[in-house]
Amino acid sequence: MTDDKDVLRDVWFGRIPTCFTLYQDEITEREAEPYYLLLPRVSYLTLVTDKVKKHFQKVMRQEDISEIWFEYEGTPLKWHYPIGLLFDLLASSSALPWNITVHFKSFPEKDLLHCPSKDAIEAHFMSCIKEADALKHKSQVINEMQKKDHKQLWMGLQNDRFDQFWAINRKLMEYPAEENGFRYIPFRIYQTTTERPFIQKLFRPVAAEGQLHTLGDLLKEVCPSAIAPEDGEKKNQVMIHGIEPMLETPLQWLSEHLSYPDNFLHISIIPQPTD
Amino acid sequence: MVTAESSQGPPGPNHPWAGSQDTDPHPSVTSFPPATAAMPSSALWAVDLFGRVHTLSTAGQYWELCRDTQLEFRRVSAATQCCWGIACDNQVYVYVCSSDVPIRRREEAYENQRWNPVSGFCDTLLLSDRCPWSDVSGLQHRPLDGVALPSPHWEWESDWYVDENFGGEPTEKGGWTYAIDFPATYTRDKKWNSCVRRRKWIRYRRYKSRDSWAKIPSKEDPKQLPDPFNDLSVGGWEVTEEPVGHLSVWAVSLQGKVWYREDVSHPNPEGSSWSLVDAPEEVAQISCGPYDLLWATLWEGQALVREGINRNNPKGSSWSIVEPPTSENGIMHVSVGVGVVWAVTKDRKVWFRRGVNSHNPCGTSWVEMVGEMLMVNVGLNDQVWGIGCEDRAMYFRQGVTPSELSGKTWKAIVAGRECDQSHCGSSSSLLSAGCFFGDEVRSSGDSAPSDTDASLEVEKPGPALPLLAESLDNPRNPKGSSAAGPGTGRTAEGAMGNACPAQGRGEAAQASGPDKCPGPASTPAELPWTNIDLKEPRKAPSHSAAGIPETTGLSSLGLLPLGLEEHCGVDDQPLWAWVSGGGCAVEACSVLKWFTVQPGLSPSVQTLSLSITPAQTAAWRKQIFQQLTERTKRELENFRHYEQAVEQSVWVKTGALQWWCDWKPHKWVDVRVALEQFTGHDGARDSILFIYYVVHEEKKYIHVFLNEVTVLVPGLNEAKHSFALYTPERTRQRWPVHLAATTEQDLNDWLALLSLSCCESRKVHGRPSPQAIWSITCKGDIFVSEPSPDLEAHEHLLPCDQMFWRQMGGHLRLVEANSRGVVWGIGYDNTAWVYTGGYGGGCFQGLASSTSNIYTQSDVKCVYIYENQRWNPVTGYTSRGLPTDRYMWSDATGLQECTKAGTKPPSLQWTWVSDWSVDFSVPGGTDQEGWQYASDFPASYHGYKTMKDFVRRRCWARKCKLVTTGPWLEVAPITLGDVSIIPEMPDSSRSGHSIALWAVSDKGDVLCRLGVSELNPAGSSWLHIGTDQPFASVSIGACYQVWAVARDGSAFYRGSVSPSQPAGDCWYHIPPPPKQRLKQVSVGQTSVYALDENGNLWYRQGITPSYPQGSSWEHVSNNVRRVSVGPLDQVWVIADKVQGSHSLSRGTVCHRTGVQPREPQGQGWDYGIGGGWDHISVRASATRAPWSASQEEEPSAPQEAHGPVCC
Repeated sequence: MTDDKDVLRDVWFGRIPTCFTLYQDEITEREAEPYYLLLPRVSYLTLVTDKVKKHFQKVMRQEDISEIWFEYEGTPLKWHYPIGLLFDLLASSSALPWNITVHFKSFPEKDLLHCPSKDAIEAHFMSCIKEADALKHKSQVINEMQKKDHKQLWMGLQNDRFDQFWAINRKLMEYPAEENGFRYIPFRIYQTTTERPFIQKLFRPVAAEGQLHTLGDLLKEVCPSAIAPEDGEKKNQVMIHGIEPMLETPLQWLSEHLSYPDNFLHISIIPQPTD
Repeated sequence: MVTAESSQGPPGPNHPWAGSQDTDPHPSVTSFPPATAAMPSSALWAVDLFGRVHTLSTAGQYWELCRDTQLEFRRVSAATQCCWGIACDNQVYVYVCSSDVPIRRREEAYENQRWNPVSGFCDTLLLSDRCPWSDVSGLQHRPLDGVALPSPHWEWESDWYVDENFGGEPTEKGGWTYAIDFPATYTRDKKWNSCVRRRKWIRYRRYKSRDSWAKIPSKEDPKQLPDPFNDLSVGGWEVTEEPVGHLSVWAVSLQGKVWYREDVSHPNPEGSSWSLVDAPEEVAQISCGPYDLLWATLWEGQALVREGINRNNPKGSSWSIVEPPTSENGIMHVSVGVGVVWAVTKDRKVWFRRGVNSHNPCGTSWVEMVGEMLMVNVGLNDQVWGIGCEDRAMYFRQGVTPSELSGKTWKAIVAGRECDQSHCGSSSSLLSAGCFFGDEVRSSGDSAPSDTDASLEVEKPGPALPLLAESLDNPRNPKGSSAAGPGTGRTAEGAMGNACPAQGRGEAAQASGPDKCPGPASTPAELPWTNIDLKEPRKAPSHSAAGIPETTGLSSLGLLPLGLEEHCGVDDQPLWAWVSGGGCAVEACSVLKWFTVQPGLSPSVQTLSLSITPAQTAAWRKQIFQQLTERTKRELENFRHYEQAVEQSVWVKTGALQWWCDWKPHKWVDVRVALEQFTGHDGARDSILFIYYVVHEEKKYIHVFLNEVTVLVPGLNEAKHSFALYTPERTRQRWPVHLAATTEQDLNDWLALLSLSCCESRKVHGRPSPQAIWSITCKGDIFVSEPSPDLEAHEHLLPCDQMFWRQMGGHLRLVEANSRGVVWGIGYDNTAWVYTGGYGGGCFQGLASSTSNIYTQSDVKCVYIYENQRWNPVTGYTSRGLPTDRYMWSDATGLQECTKAGTKPPSLQWTWVSDWSVDFSVPGGTDQEGWQYASDFPASYHGYKTMKDFVRRRCWARKCKLVTTGPWLEVAPITLGDVSIIPEMPDSSRSGHSIALWAVSDKGDVLCRLGVSELNPAGSSWLHIGTDQPFASVSIGACYQVWAVARDGSAFYRGSVSPSQPAGDCWYHIPPPPKQRLKQVSVGQTSVYALDENGNLWYRQGITPSYPQGSSWEHVSNNVRRVSVGPLDQVWVIADKVQGSHSLSRGTVCHRTGVQPREPQGQGWDYGIGGGWDHISVRASATRAPWSASQEEEPSAPQEAHGPVCC
């Protein structure tokens, strides 16, 4: 029998095979070979692409290099979204490997945040965790942690150390025995079809009458367009970490097991592939 | 050679071997409930206003109506196995809960014969002789047909038969034992001067009235007026530690007399007779605690306290009087526990008595508690229940712990009733439960509690529990009695109180004398009920009451119907009259489902919720597992050659620990410790533990590769948070690396991390395989090892010091496994546990632990110390010894000083749960005060004083308790002494069959578990196997050979056990080796090994399929503590002492080498992990590397061919 712990491992060790190609208009001294890499789904693009950067910088002149950014089929990729989310949202129906175009100039200021250093990623990551804990435990757990615990969470992510990360993160996933779950579930729902970047609302894991809310309950409440009418055809996929959990799945369980390291459930609503 | 002849002859055609070849014609298709159904539970007993008895299980959430519904009751008083009650017919009844183990008692009679030259031995005796049929003493005539059943609640089990067993040996001569004359010493053998002989006839009777109310014959004395019982209380089960299960049953009659029921015990549930206990005044109500507390209330309002109750005198010796908290409001009701007294006064206030204990049963002072109750009842663990005064709801006192006996708040029990539950299907019951499950206390404030009639109160000063009596007076008039419902009762009383005598029904006595008929208690003008400890504020009833002055009973009847519907609707709570928690085991850590809607997914109850909607729950989880697997395949399978974005780096944990240094003098030295993890070239992860120390100002370190570590053993040192780390080399040296942390948390962090790293480097994780080898240390820690196929290879055995052991959460004394993954354990407190399939628990939190299948587990054991005294001519025995004597307070050896105050629990995980008490159950017996006498220290002690005895000692015991977590679920309610599961080959075609599991209860009953399977490892029920004496050990072999050891040290073979006849047919008595008493037996594929009390290991010779009992015992080894024979006939033992190169270890795992089909006794021993091991089970380990080409060669014996001899 498979244990719930294995889910955590599977989620953590999710990898997306990616092919990085340099944008055709970038000026190079010699031809740039594509670069192949397994990207951790739970990490951030700018955190795991040092090798990519080095690879392409080798064929470029120093003066042609400014801040690196990535694009997929014309969409600039937000580095502050986890990689898995970007893939699910934009590329889940396309063939593998994932073809990402690497840019070194014309930074799309409107679409992307700058990422001057790893500190920016750390700051973003930690603020997400703090926000999530504010929702889950009124920030009590994160505030009780020591500085080194915070550091350990970040280092765990940065170094892809599952044990190191979860040794601390499990405390963020606890809740009082007398409650049936977190105060609110930290989640964000993304749709490619809308302008709005994502939906985020207060939503409790347990209904007033005591029964557990499910993924379906959440969607019905905050994003009713995502779910098909009872008799209607399924138009959308509800995807987390590249899988489609059943709408009956309890939200609390999802939050404990399928959250990204930033402690949010990042849920992608994508149109059902037509074929 | 002693042969195993038996009066019943050799086994019939269906001997075990034949049986094993049988194919079961009825493969089991029954689907068993999931293991979680075996949650241990005990029950709260209560009586509602209609006199119906209900029980509420600690594991349940519905009140269940008592199975025997013929009677209506006024009072009940429960113990764990039974409940006593007074019914509305004023008769006393006892309800004995059913159990898989019957209550059976042996009747004995002796047949006596004398020899004369004419007719040989015959029943013509001398005139001075005893009767031909007598009791054991010969003084009483006892013909077989004159032995009658004591009551209609008993039945005979079988006819009389001759007992063939004489002191562990079969007589082989029709049970006759011989002597020169009556009375004399009897022997098995007839001698030339044997003039008389006798034999014992035995017959068992069984108590049959279980799960029903059995009437106790009334104490009617024709010379006196009938004086029916008014109150009754059961307790005293902790006064003696004896397994007979003594109960003290006290009753109070309407005339205020106190009665005690003699000889009530588990094997004699009805007791024998009522005896009168003098009381100074007329008693109204009585309460007997589990231990030596007994309080009663007087009609005058004081409390009466019994003093001098002890194991020799459970009735106590004298009374003292305790005044009520306030003189104007006398005590109406009292209830006592082990160390607490709760009382309710006439104004319904609840009081807690401070300072109550065995030495001072009267306590010191009263403390007023919040809340108004009609009654309170103290149950097991001093937990408290009450019935609310206004709403007649049931309340549980939350937060009662040993350190805070008065608890924190009253919490309403809002469990529904069975009948409510039955309205809806089981799947929807949880949801529909939501409508009547609430966390709030229902307010009854507006249901018009009336004012009190002052004049009535004067007239009826009786400590009234009026509603009870009243409503029971009209049991067939539910409308009327329910009209006496919440809050209104007191007004109804006025009217109905007068109606009482008219109704007769044995209440005549009530009308005369002090009116014991319901006397209304006064409602104080201002109710002291505060809202502080209740979740929802309640309206003060007095306000509304003020609006209805002088309500008469009739008017309240008229007023009520509106409220009535509200309160007696299907969804609402019953109105309670009485509650008893004497059988209800609630502990501080218990999770009760009585108060709220069930949480769906909190880890502790996850599996329970699974059992509610298994299909649905499984579907979404299965889908996630499956999709993740598919995702990994899709996204990784073809791309494994891609480079990883993030390179693995070294992660170091460092810290400060203490190390038991390698050089002399050995002591703890401060060290820095660092753990470095790295990824090897093959992608495997490994770690190195560095220990940096300073010696002579020089920095040095030792290091340990974690892939070489074979076991991490926690807490071998009582005073320190320490652990020991072994490698194969350290195992051979018997000298582990001892490390200690400063705090328990620190220790647990290190243990969990190191253990995880060890498992990772060996790629061991998740649940142990079904074939795992289990072992237990003397600390109760559980270890499990994955057997390598080379372990039982025919040649080149894997040395067992290389076995890797990892720890499982939990605490056990014994564990037994089977290769189909069924694992059972027994705790130190003899609780039976079944393995849930999880892993981790205890200090292994987070990743090292499975999320589900981990439960709270507790264990209790005793710490013993000895009080030693020496006799001197002036003062007799005193605690002043000779200068050369041992400590006057010492351990068993006398070498260590152990005082009551200075003795600590065995480790920091344990806490005391009782006070010191004298242990009377020591071998050799004691006198009445527990003393054992001897001529000098140390010597053999006896339980009586002689002229030559100059010293004496007595044993004091104190219970301590440990609470931990682990993958174990209790198999309630029968506690076990030993258990054995059939060893099977993994490829065996039996997978459809249920798994044979045999056990011996801690009382010595032999039991066979039915319905055990991979899916339901806990099984469904016990089948009791009758024996003529208590047993100690049992083992079932692969071919259904069941062997057992009786407490007299002899062995028994059970004939004809097979899948279709799981209980077999009869026992064949097998004498032990000469002058030895066996204590354990283990049966493998064909081998039978037994262990005696002197540590000798014996192999049973001459076993053949046609003669499964074998012919004789062959000595194999000494120095053995425990043996386990596996399905390959492999033999593993725990050796007592093993000398290593650096040190000696006690309790060492050893593996018998050279065991072969033609030489099943083997040749020598291979030594494995040691130092404090107590138990091993290899009975699941059924794989072996196949023969290699050179199979004909004799395997070389690595050790000399003698026992694991100590040096």
